[in-house]
Amino acid sequence: MFEIDKWQEIYSTIQKNKLRTFLTGFSVAWGIFMLILLLGSGSGLENGVKEQFKGGATNGVWISSGQTSLKYKGLKTGRQIKFTNEDYKSIKTTVDGYDHISARLFLGNKLVSYKNEYGSFFLSPCHPDYGFIKEVDIIQGRFLNTIDIREFRKVAIIGEKVKSTLFKGTDTVAMGKYVKINGVLFQVVGVFRDYSRNDDEQKRVYIPISTAQRVFQGENVINQISFTTGQASVQEADLMIKKSKAVLSKMHTFDIDDNRAINVWNKNEDVRRFKALFAGIRLFIWIIGIGTIIAGIVGVSNIMMIVVKERTKEIGIRKSLGATPWSIVALIMQEAVVITSFAGYIGLVLGVGLLELVSKNMPPSEFFRNPEADFSVAVMATILLILAGAIAGFFPAMKAAKVNPVEALRDE
Amino acid sequence: MIKISQIHKSYVTGQNSLHVLKGIDLEIGAGEMISIMGASGSGKSTLLNILGILDNYDSGEYLLNGLKINRLSERKAAQLRNKMLGFVFQSFNLVSFKNALENVALPLYYQDVPRKKRNIVAMEYLDRMGLKDWAHHLPNELSGGQKQRVAIARALIGKPKVILADEPTGALDSATSLEVMDILQEVNATGITVIIVTHEHDIAMRTRKTIRITDGNITEIVSN
Repeated sequence: MFEIDKWQEIYSTIQKNKLRTFLTGFSVAWGIFMLILLLGSGSGLENGVKEQFKGGATNGVWISSGQTSLKYKGLKTGRQIKFTNEDYKSIKTTVDGYDHISARLFLGNKLVSYKNEYGSFFLSPCHPDYGFIKEVDIIQGRFLNTIDIREFRKVAIIGEKVKSTLFKGTDTVAMGKYVKINGVLFQVVGVFRDYSRNDDEQKRVYIPISTAQRVFQGENVINQISFTTGQASVQEADLMIKKSKAVLSKMHTFDIDDNRAINVWNKNEDVRRFKALFAGIRLFIWIIGIGTIIAGIVGVSNIMMIVVKERTKEIGIRKSLGATPWSIVALIMQEAVVITSFAGYIGLVLGVGLLELVSKNMPPSEFFRNPEADFSVAVMATILLILAGAIAGFFPAMKAAKVNPVEALRDE
Repeated sequence: MIKISQIHKSYVTGQNSLHVLKGIDLEIGAGEMISIMGASGSGKSTLLNILGILDNYDSGEYLLNGLKINRLSERKAAQLRNKMLGFVFQSFNLVSFKNALENVALPLYYQDVPRKKRNIVAMEYLDRMGLKDWAHHLPNELSGGQKQRVAIARALIGKPKVILADEPTGALDSATSLEVMDILQEVNATGITVIIVTHEHDIAMRTRKTIRITDGNITEIVSN
């Protein structure tokens, strides 16, 4: 089928009708170009939003204590709810389905110093699991472990920014050194990096929650309980939250429907919303893109119709010499496929090129970064193109196959 | 070689039906050279189209080399045309964007002969027509006589049993007409049946038998 003769024939007809072929090809190239650009922009938006989600597992749930806003069992509003280790323990034992769970204590910024260097950093006492919930990226040493909690060890995991502030000049090795936190010595056992662009996230110090309660607080209060919902579906995650609420409302005697007694931030919900939004956007983009390509296909089909009309006599000659209808169909279809694929490929390359250029030269903004058309999109587009060419060529080819040689060869 | 009996053919256009062939009986032996004459509209071209399996007939029987030709699929008809028949037309009907060599080689393309071999064979046939030096010229660079010789070479390359020529000299001056007739006679001398449709008496006289058609009937068969 792909014999050199056919290529020569396609080449010679294209050669004879350069402008016509160019205009046809242009409409297809434009269609693909727009599709790639749209898909790239879509992925740029998506990447931008994904960036917003960084610094925390996408299936995380954070429950913080607040103030009651509803009267309940004769108790007045405005009561401050105080979580304790007991709350953490009962959620840990009664709610199932989570894969990581941690309590946190909010102590605010504390003075941290090493030799003559010092700074004020956010102290974040927590359980070892918090490393998974917050997706803390350890670049040196380790995160907290259960022994740290059990033995009230005075160990600290410091952010990169903390490290660069405290360990300067000739003394840049932080691991194993002792830093003073509010006057108490803690040994640095790990350094982490936080990928979120929020500067504060980099200026944190993680310490064991048990140690913090004993050293800085003297009681068993916690401020937040967080867990990840594992492979749970949105409904299952909702159920886990409901269960946790029930446990807490019972322990602290508040209305389970009181949304201000405790604050729940369910990232599953956000992620689900954004996923749905982007699925919608992507669908929309494909519809528009395919619409544009269809316009191109109609153009190619139109041109091929004219080509068939112009070549009626030639087709008649071929038939009289023994061309089967199928060989005529193949001839026309192949030409259509070649024009669309070639033009489409140019559109593809230009589209991807422009995306690359934008990606390289445009600073990533809050909601738009790294527009890209990935490999699967290129493959899809290529399949689409060949299909488009085949569709564009089909009707003209059928028309060509039906050419009656007697009429085609009749002398004018 | 060709045997037709009681062939009828009508063209229906809307409400009107035009009865073009009204029961033609004809037998043409292998290696014969005959001419079909008749006024325009007499049905001679329709008869040639039916003989060339380019058109169907309504009733009757057509045997080509012993094979019954009746409402064949397009594919089968194309294969038979390719193997059994060669066409020569008044207006040459060469493919304009292909050079002489490619035009001659075209029937072999539909026989799936490899390109190299095709071109060698085509060159032989062009050489026989005395057109070796014109092999790479496009049709519009050739004279009328040369074009017709290319067309004859193309008709012959598939080694057909029958050559069907529709007014082969209609677009040529008398000197080149004679040349073309000489070639057709040479072709016939190799044993190929030649059927020529013409309205020129001189041309008809060069064949061995003349069949005259009037209003869809054979009215006269004359041996020349």
